[in-house]
Amino acid sequence: MDMVTIVAVSSIVVSGLTLAIGSIGPALGEARAVAQAISAIAQQPDEANTITRTLFVGLAMIESTAIYCFVIAMILLFANPFWNYAINHAGM
Amino acid sequence: MTISPDTVIYWYLGPFPVNATLVFTWVVMGVLVLLSWLVTRKISSEVSISRWQNFLEITVSAIQTQIREVSNQEARHYIPFIGTLFLFILTANVFSVVPGFFPPTGSFSTTVALAICVFIAVPLYGVSSKGWKGYLGAYVKPTWIMLPFNIIGELSRTLALAVRLYGNMMSGTVIVAILLGITPLFFPVVMHLLGLLTGVIQAYIFSILAMVYIASASKSARHNHQSTNA
Repeated sequence: MDMVTIVAVSSIVVSGLTLAIGSIGPALGEARAVAQAISAIAQQPDEANTITRTLFVGLAMIESTAIYCFVIAMILLFANPFWNYAINHAGM
Repeated sequence: MTISPDTVIYWYLGPFPVNATLVFTWVVMGVLVLLSWLVTRKISSEVSISRWQNFLEITVSAIQTQIREVSNQEARHYIPFIGTLFLFILTANVFSVVPGFFPPTGSFSTTVALAICVFIAVPLYGVSSKGWKGYLGAYVKPTWIMLPFNIIGELSRTLALAVRLYGNMMSGTVIVAILLGITPLFFPVVMHLLGLLTGVIQAYIFSILAMVYIASASKSARHNHQSTNA
């Protein structure tokens, strides 16, 4: 395999793996957070406003780890910094 | 498929390329300024007010209530900054349903600029309410060992703020573009609806987080709130 093929294959495989593994943790975390928030609202419906606000802020923070993985995958697929290097290297 | 509106260049203004991010930022700014100017031109304090004035009053008082609940402080100092952030991001995100409109928040340069605004606003508000000594003293709060971690936290949360907004908005655009190639009729509409919801929530999150950061750097937040740090 030449260098361009190695870069292409590893980018595609790794970006898929990044999304697959990187979404497991946030999914579990968000599920726990939502479950806790729902049971809290069920116990104290008066505090629903505060709980919902805190839940949304917390969810956004948990979700940002998944978003980081997504951004990395997108960079690997569409704006790969190693791609130009490999092309130039192979062209010589 | 364009991953960033920065790459769509319309024309050159001297040496500077005018790209889609700039143009649609100007569109959003123009809409916001024109709307508020048109409404507040004939503002009245009578019992019966116009619909649009009612709308603006509801918006401003809702932002005020949120700021007061999050920071436990008077909203007057913060509403120019937080309200501007919220309205700009909200308008930019909601307009993304208009065909041909690239949301400027889907560009990394815009979100980094907004996050840097927050990064600068935190010490400004902190120093103006606690003074230099009080603000800088918070960096060495438990012990001196925590100084580098506090600085790293300050930087990383700015980066997180920018990447979170950018990733959410960009993912909405990208997913719709991918689905258009696979199932052109139905699913892109559903994903656009989901993107609307995400956009509104992200605008809310961005301004609330900015408020939390500013409130934890200024004084009286510590009395009844634990200082939140992310």
